[in-house]
Amino acid sequence: MIARARTFETTALALFFFGVTTLTVWGFAMPDWLPPAASRHAEGVDGLIRYLLVTTGAIFVIGHAVLIYFILKSGSGEDSTTIQTNPKTERLWSIIPVLTMALVSEVGVLFLGLPVWDEIYGEVSEDVLVVDVAARQFEWIVRYPGEDGEFGRTDPAQIDGQSNPTGIDDADPRGSDDIVERNILRLPVNRPTQLRLRSHDVLHSFSVAAFRVKQDIVPGMVGSTTFVPTQLGEFEMGCAELCGLAHYRMGGRVIVMSPDDYETWLSEQGGDA
Amino acid sequence: MSSAHAGLPFWRRYIFSTDHKVIGIQYILTAVFMALVAVGLSVLIRMQMTWPVRLWPIMEQLLPTAYEGGALKPEFYLTMVTMHGTIMVFFVISLALVSGVGNFIIPLQVGARDMAYPFLNMLSYWTIVPACLIMLASFFVEGGAAAGGWTSYPPLSALPGALPGSGLGQTLWILGMALFIVSFTMGSLNFATTILNLRTKGMSLMRMPLTVWTLLVSSVLGILAFPPLTAAAIMLLLDRHGGTSFFLPEGLVLGGNVLAYEGGTPLLFQHLFWFLGHPEVYVLVLPALGIAFDVVATFGRRPVFGYRTTVWALIVAAVLSMIVWGHHMFTSGMNPYLGEYFSIVTVLITLPFAVIGVNLVASLWRADIRLTTAMLFAIGIISAVGTGGLGGLWLGTAASDIYFHSSVFVVGHFHFMIGVVTSFGIFAAIYYWFPKMFGRHMNETLGKIHFWLTISSVFPAFIGMHYLGLGGALRRVYDPTYYEYVRPLQEMNVWITFLLFVAIAGQLVFFVNLFRSLFWGTRAEANPWNGATLEWTTPSPAPHLNWNEPPTVYGGPYQYRVNGVGGYVAQHTPPEEIKCPVGPHEG
Repeated sequence: MIARARTFETTALALFFFGVTTLTVWGFAMPDWLPPAASRHAEGVDGLIRYLLVTTGAIFVIGHAVLIYFILKSGSGEDSTTIQTNPKTERLWSIIPVLTMALVSEVGVLFLGLPVWDEIYGEVSEDVLVVDVAARQFEWIVRYPGEDGEFGRTDPAQIDGQSNPTGIDDADPRGSDDIVERNILRLPVNRPTQLRLRSHDVLHSFSVAAFRVKQDIVPGMVGSTTFVPTQLGEFEMGCAELCGLAHYRMGGRVIVMSPDDYETWLSEQGGDA
Repeated sequence: MSSAHAGLPFWRRYIFSTDHKVIGIQYILTAVFMALVAVGLSVLIRMQMTWPVRLWPIMEQLLPTAYEGGALKPEFYLTMVTMHGTIMVFFVISLALVSGVGNFIIPLQVGARDMAYPFLNMLSYWTIVPACLIMLASFFVEGGAAAGGWTSYPPLSALPGALPGSGLGQTLWILGMALFIVSFTMGSLNFATTILNLRTKGMSLMRMPLTVWTLLVSSVLGILAFPPLTAAAIMLLLDRHGGTSFFLPEGLVLGGNVLAYEGGTPLLFQHLFWFLGHPEVYVLVLPALGIAFDVVATFGRRPVFGYRTTVWALIVAAVLSMIVWGHHMFTSGMNPYLGEYFSIVTVLITLPFAVIGVNLVASLWRADIRLTTAMLFAIGIISAVGTGGLGGLWLGTAASDIYFHSSVFVVGHFHFMIGVVTSFGIFAAIYYWFPKMFGRHMNETLGKIHFWLTISSVFPAFIGMHYLGLGGALRRVYDPTYYEYVRPLQEMNVWITFLLFVAIAGQLVFFVNLFRSLFWGTRAEANPWNGATLEWTTPSPAPHLNWNEPPTVYGGPYQYRVNGVGGYVAQHTPPEEIKCPVGPHEG
């Protein structure tokens, strides 16, 4: 009943792991899965991903190579001899993986990750462009401050799906020139941008894959995320936190324009950055 | 099942039984039944992922409310995703691997005649039955079962108007979960008490099989981690029906109306949920690793490599698992300094796991492998825990998680860890201990077909999900082709679906084998695998109360080919009976 030693099955198992390892590594390494990066910190995120790919990939390959070797070496002629492992050897083979993983993981978090984290959540530069983005089931309400450079107060009671989707308080004069758009976010290229993120109802998450940006929007809190778009063109934004039955089509477009085009567009809307 | 309790009526022996073995088998069979539901849901999920805009007239006939006009309703898609996750994590894996295998094997491996509290044990099983029924019943209420994700984040889960499934379905979900928690907590207390207090003479902690060690660690984690989720469930229930605002801030607008809540925050729920949610992963994964060690030692005919370092690594991993929950919330809007803390400690978890992984692989070093089905699954665990675990590093690093959060990469990762690793643990355990459960063997040929169909499909399928996530595909999305930038990757979804259908075919083979072997399997002797641990000293199947007098233990659990002895030294073999004694070996 019990199959032993090097049989067809052990060989098949070793071959299987060889195949799976090869296929996995090829699949990660060969195609370029990541959408083209279009923001300044995206380079850092992608660098971190490549670092993790190489380091964890190496550990994955070495681990499986050893596994395959042990499977193939199984039962090679010494099945009745003593197998006693020295506790010292066991401790050594604990220290080696601990040091390896400490190095691999914390280099990633502290040396490569922290600077990116700082770019996203650190100090905001002076010339930052602030845009207000309100999420509601199932659309994005984008608001620019208008000529006065200030956002008007909002009042949930004044929200009207058609005429005032983000609930600008008509008692606040600062709000009268605010520019409101739905599901389109226009930004000038190469200018630091900070989004003020608010939700009217449930959790949402502002996500632009090309920018490597993802920030949950928590009702009751004003969140923010900071990035610098570096490529002209149109990008897709979407909701990355389950928000209801039409969550899957809560998308929109981010249009990154030259500063001149942006100014022109803004003045056409009656505003001035 | 045995002469000792033959005097009891049928319903006391097999229905309301206090015998840990019967209860363990009851848990496993309940989990198998719930798995049918959860796997059924995954079929519908994969159909939608593969053919998002196709009409299914035949499905309209079968499930008219879900497939109105032949097209799957988006809210039912979310219900399926939610209930697949909930049932799989809590009502399949937890039940089969921890409650089921744990109940069956703990007293047998520590040398106890039953659990510390047999009546509590029966009660914990009979609490899980109504929990299962409530979860299943919730599919049939108005609006359908819960649809806010297995995480059930408010406000979506708190506001009945936010989603069709957030009506009665969500209330039933909370009640079902509350009963589950009550049952699981009773079980964990029973496990920990039994392991700590009812070990037989000579069974010191450092002589316990690693399956028992992992179940001890997992029980303690369960006891510590579940209460906050209980609190969260009660608060969510009050927010829904009692007019409180634990998780609801002011100014919420739904359907044009401003809601009268104030002062709460949804982030509180996320913290409470993940304070349980992360340790829960270890509650499930660790016992699978313990089983892998036991099976690898028996069928590799050599002692486990690094028994002591493994025990310490388990404890360190458990401690770390309690202080890293925030890594599920890197993008949640919590303080970025806190995020960085969570990232630094989260990736430290790879340290103890690297020790466990190296020890598992090294336990095959100079082994004399007998490739039984149990052994195949155990080796599969080694590969899967390494593969899935390394992907975890990508998610635990906060700056890269910004990209991967909520993507299909996460789905691939946790399917490796709490899908493949844990279900392989269940399979290894069932194939390995089936003779002890029923006195019969499972069919090895069918078992191997099961193994090969499963491993050759789930590995590439869940790796494929990692690729999709790299491409930026988001999870919980009804139509994966909605976003243009992921549309070119749709072919991958077709492949994954194909592979998962192969995997399901494999599970059907298992299902047939399980019931066929119950009645027609070849008879098993007391110790068919030449195992060295205590459960093999009982007849197969093990009788009620296991032993009249539990054996005394003289050595470690994995004394295969040690001290110059070619065969093995069982734990209960007195030193004077060992043929070439060199000295005691602690495994």
